[in-house]
Amino acid sequence: MSYITKSPWIIHYDGSSCNGCDIEVLACLTPLYDLERFGIVNTGNPKHADVFLVTGGINAQSEAVVKNTYEQMPDPKVVVAVGICACTGGVFRECYNIIGGVDKVIPVDVYVPGCAARPESIIDGVVRALGILDEKRAKMAEKGGK
Amino acid sequence: MITEIIFAVGFIILAPFIGALIGGMDRKVTARMQGRVGPPVLQPLYDVFKLFEKEKAVVRNEVNFYIFSYLIFVAFTGALFFSGSDILLVIFALTLAHVFLILGAYATTSPYSHIGAERELLQLMAVEPMLILAAAGFYMATGSFAVKDIALWPEPLFMTIPLLFVGIVYVLTIQLRKSPFDLATTHHAHQELVKGLTTEFAGPTLGMVEIAHLYETVFFLGLVWLFFASMPWLGLLVVIVVYFLEILVDNTTTRVRWQVMLRSAWLVALVAGAINLGVLALL
Amino acid sequence: MYSVELLVFLILFPVLAALLFCILPNGRLRDAIVVLVSAVIIVATLYLFVLFAGGGTVYFDIESGMISQIMTGLEVIISAGLLYLAAKYRQYLIAGLVVVQLGVVLYAELLIHETAALNNLFIDPFSIIMAMIIGIIGSLICVYSVGYMRDYHAHHDEMPDKRRWFYALLFVFLASMFGVVFSNNLFWLFFFWEVTTLCSFLLIGYNWGDEQTRKNAFWALLLNLVGGLGFACTFAWIGLTDPSGGLVMMDTLLAAGPAVAMIPAALIGFAGLTKAAQMPFSSWLVGAMIAPTPVSALLHSSTMVKAGVYVIIRFAPIYNVTMVGYLISLVGGVTFLLASGIAISQSNAKKVLAYSTIANLGLVVACAGIGSYAAVWAAILLIVFHAIAKSLLFLSVGTVEHKIGSRDIEDMTGLLGRMPKVAVMMMIGIAGMFLAPFGMLISKWAALVAFLDAQYGFILVLLLAFGSAVTVFFWTKWLGKLIEVAWKPEPLEVKISNHEYSALVPLTVLMVAVCIGFPLLSSYLVVPYVFGIYGMTATLGQANTIIMVMMVFMVLVMPLTLLHFRKDRKILPHYVGGRPATPDMHFKGSLGVQRPVALGNYYLTNYFGEQRLSHIGNGVCIAFIALMLAGILLGVIA
Repeated sequence: MSYITKSPWIIHYDGSSCNGCDIEVLACLTPLYDLERFGIVNTGNPKHADVFLVTGGINAQSEAVVKNTYEQMPDPKVVVAVGICACTGGVFRECYNIIGGVDKVIPVDVYVPGCAARPESIIDGVVRALGILDEKRAKMAEKGGK
Repeated sequence: MITEIIFAVGFIILAPFIGALIGGMDRKVTARMQGRVGPPVLQPLYDVFKLFEKEKAVVRNEVNFYIFSYLIFVAFTGALFFSGSDILLVIFALTLAHVFLILGAYATTSPYSHIGAERELLQLMAVEPMLILAAAGFYMATGSFAVKDIALWPEPLFMTIPLLFVGIVYVLTIQLRKSPFDLATTHHAHQELVKGLTTEFAGPTLGMVEIAHLYETVFFLGLVWLFFASMPWLGLLVVIVVYFLEILVDNTTTRVRWQVMLRSAWLVALVAGAINLGVLALL
Repeated sequence: MYSVELLVFLILFPVLAALLFCILPNGRLRDAIVVLVSAVIIVATLYLFVLFAGGGTVYFDIESGMISQIMTGLEVIISAGLLYLAAKYRQYLIAGLVVVQLGVVLYAELLIHETAALNNLFIDPFSIIMAMIIGIIGSLICVYSVGYMRDYHAHHDEMPDKRRWFYALLFVFLASMFGVVFSNNLFWLFFFWEVTTLCSFLLIGYNWGDEQTRKNAFWALLLNLVGGLGFACTFAWIGLTDPSGGLVMMDTLLAAGPAVAMIPAALIGFAGLTKAAQMPFSSWLVGAMIAPTPVSALLHSSTMVKAGVYVIIRFAPIYNVTMVGYLISLVGGVTFLLASGIAISQSNAKKVLAYSTIANLGLVVACAGIGSYAAVWAAILLIVFHAIAKSLLFLSVGTVEHKIGSRDIEDMTGLLGRMPKVAVMMMIGIAGMFLAPFGMLISKWAALVAFLDAQYGFILVLLLAFGSAVTVFFWTKWLGKLIEVAWKPEPLEVKISNHEYSALVPLTVLMVAVCIGFPLLSSYLVVPYVFGIYGMTATLGQANTIIMVMMVFMVLVMPLTLLHFRKDRKILPHYVGGRPATPDMHFKGSLGVQRPVALGNYYLTNYFGEQRLSHIGNGVCIAFIALMLAGILLGVIA
């Protein structure tokens, strides 16, 4: 029985977002949606996290940070791109400073489009990510021969 | 001798589960205070198991040695306490355990860990006088340092050393890492130092820290209970009330600066110790 | 049945060696003879233990007439020499003290018609413990200093090379320390005491050309002379009270009980306080850190300052349940708390060690002032553990200092990577100072029990509780510094002399051995002494001893888990705010500039500053001492 889906910890990072999606992410944690009832905790520390929520497109400055944060997360881990800017770069895709969506830097597991993505979509995305997380964990256990 | 071993082993096996239940209730009550539903009561257990499912990754290899030593000595401290040993040695063993934790944080050579370690040292320095004075108080009231003798004392020690009880409850907030004294690290979300002391601990390493925290929680609540040991059910009630107060304080206060924590903890220890011990000495 | 030869040998042999060192030139031969002489002293000390341990107290008759005259003559010569120096450097206070002290001693000698004093020398379990500290630890430090001083002069070739006098003084010092702990005749004790003051003065002033060194040496001399004057006044009192000179014998004085011996106990206690650098006399010890490290290790942590607490412990039965004793305890307790506090704010390693020494001596004094059997048991254990741990620490700091070129703890970052062997020894020394299950812990436990059982002891309990918490802070932060190992540490552990290792390693082994074997130490040496005086003794208790043994076992076995944990795991990068950081902690800062991460410890100087806490401590302790002296002057205090 895997516990990783019962206790997924989140780290959230804003690549270049207008903060719209960030506010929606935080809204998920408020008593209205109460993500903690699924054991989800917003830890600000990549080393403690299982799920990486990224908002906003990636530019030259945030590219290194996203990569670094992703590297610090121990396996198994999943990445959820929240909002259309994180998925593809959104409206800013053609801008000179935006490299693109998050998948230009790190592998993304779930895309949650929207501008701003609604809390319901974000939660749906996270739940799907948990399913993928479970698969990854099973694969890891096989390989490790735990 | 046999009973002591049974108690010690019992503590080592059961305390993480009891601690997890207590932690789970904590989060449930906190959630209700905030108008939420909150996680299931067994959530801390799920957290710990999840951490051990993660990849074995460290920042430096030696860190696991320090954290493992921390865990072992915390378990040892609690086992000593619940098997009725000398309470001073219990306190010194706890200090040793915390020193290992702090060294584990230092060994990562990371800035957030480092400051977390310094703050944890400040917390340790703030708490230790009160613990030693409480032990001294138990001795003056019962003539013995052995937890067994203290627990079997016919009157509730709260009547003889009430101020020391208040002091212990005060530093309990520091030890349980609850606001307003959660300077080094905390279970809540963000804090100014990311996760402070535990920033660089991942996966199983963090799992060990969590288990140690569960042991510590049970140990400290046991210490609170000791003041009412002659009336065990009243003691249990007191523990529940005290813990509820801790949750309440945790949710209604913000973190203070270390100067406030150190000064207030020392002031409380000084006043409680001087008056209570003085009265006991002069009577 | 027992013969006195061994004691006399231990006192005279180092003096003869010293004379030899005055003559021999610098070089391999002299260094080899230093090692040889040290080895002989160690063997002789061990033989002393074998011969006398378990034999109770033994007194020796030595015809004292001529020896006392030689001593008086030497005292006059030494006083003349000091007067000359004092005059040359305009140290009028010192000159005055020397004159007054000599005057008092000569006056007392006129008053006292000493009969052929018997029982001048003696040996008992406490003397054996002190002799072993002096003989074993002291000799190891002398061996260490061979390697250290070679390096020292290689680094400082502008300093005049006076190593002949250095070694001579070291061994004269050892001889006089043996004299202190073997003397039952208080005149003799005083003579040896003053010789240690002289050696300390000269050794602190090793680098005489430097002004600060001279200042510190004179200050040490001044404060120690003040104590010496107190001691000298004891003889005046004896002369006025009992001209037959019976009370000059320490055993007779102690047996006379508090009714008779209170005043000399207070005066000698005062002398002990100055020699043990208690507040308000602490500044001389801090200033003495300017001396080469072996001097700091030998005189100013493991041996000479122990002479101060030694006499206070000797008079512990007199101090028991008296106002004088209690005031002395308070001086010790306040010193313990405040000196520990000051140690937090210091980053100079030797200063931290100095204040820690002052603090620990304060704890010993606090126990001795209480004077109960439990307190004396605790005090002697404290002495043993502290002597070993502190000398180990000083010696490792000395070795480290020569390699990293600094005494500052902030420069010792990650020493475990740069100098692994020495760092581990230093860590064991630090752990030995405050961590369970090491010995200091046991001693603190014992001290706490002793305080709780004493009248008004709860004030000392308060001082111990807070002081103990403070010590955890500054030792752990030093430990933390040592283990913050850089990614590719620069290997500095090269060309450390065998002399230095041959002191460091045995001391480390001794540290661990004494912690494991402390029940043996207690029952074989400490308990017989305590029992012999009080008819009762304290122990750790069987249950507690089992727990301590378990903890020692765990602490020794735990490092083996490193073998398991060292196996390569995935290494994660550090968290530096999300900025990419290299393993050696350089991160990409703003504007893309690569910056190093610099980590420093907390020193909390606003709260634990040296000035502030010294003023408080000095003020409070002056009040206590003044109260004590006023009390005995007025004859009010019993």
